[in-house]
Amino acid sequence: MNKIVSLLCGIIFGIGLVISQMINPAKVLGFLNLFGEWDPSLAFVMIGALIISSPSFHLFKNKEKPIFSSSFSIPNKKEIDKELIFGSILFGAGWGLVGLCPGPAITSIALFNVSSAIFVVSMFIGFYIASKTN
Amino acid sequence: MNIVNFTPISSLTGGLLIGLSVALFFILNGRMIGISRIASNFLVSKKNRVENLLFLVGLILGPLIYNLISSQEINISISNSLILLVIGGFLVGFGTRLSSGCTSGHGISGISRFSLRSIISTITFMLVGILTVLIIGIS
Repeated sequence: MNKIVSLLCGIIFGIGLVISQMINPAKVLGFLNLFGEWDPSLAFVMIGALIISSPSFHLFKNKEKPIFSSSFSIPNKKEIDKELIFGSILFGAGWGLVGLCPGPAITSIALFNVSSAIFVVSMFIGFYIASKTN
Repeated sequence: MNIVNFTPISSLTGGLLIGLSVALFFILNGRMIGISRIASNFLVSKKNRVENLLFLVGLILGPLIYNLISSQEINISISNSLILLVIGGFLVGFGTRLSSGCTSGHGISGISRFSLRSIISTITFMLVGILTVLIIGIS
């Protein structure tokens, strides 16, 4: 069941990115263009997501276990370290350069866009090098 | 500040679906969705590899299924040069792996948990993103 849930959740997430147009980097860059022609749409995507995900998390986190798995796996790191800050800065710079973050980048593979495919390959190289050097 | 291209209804609708996906993954599988983590762990870790792959396949199936049920065309526009795509992709991959999360992992899943780390990460990458767009706009 875990595998079916994973596939299904990926599909729902991907359709959400399409409907919200967050799959389109131009739309994301419009949000980051706060001091120019500003498109607030991304904030509404986050609000829509959080009003479902946050109550669901808090209602179920104290249950004994998830429905199809033996235990919950929740990140437990608390400290604000330099990796968090430095990594977030690098990510923000790459995000602002192109307008793609990991979800929309991978989802856009479906559209056979050469630019996003190049971005995805480079992103995976970044994943690999960061995981080997840290 | 000039507000343009604002699509509140479709943004909220898409957001609700994204939230539903995060909620279901947690309630059913017990994990919080973070796409940088799912994608990078698929690459470097054996743990949950099949589940991670299936999630990524699902993401790619999303637009294809949307095309079957909707007549609306999916538009994307990327205007970067090759070198900027390579640099941007690398920064996003390296940065999100280093900070253990991206727009979904920190921005949605982490903020859902009221995680201070995620709140700080989200504010940081958004401010740097805004600053980057500002600098590119000026130069």
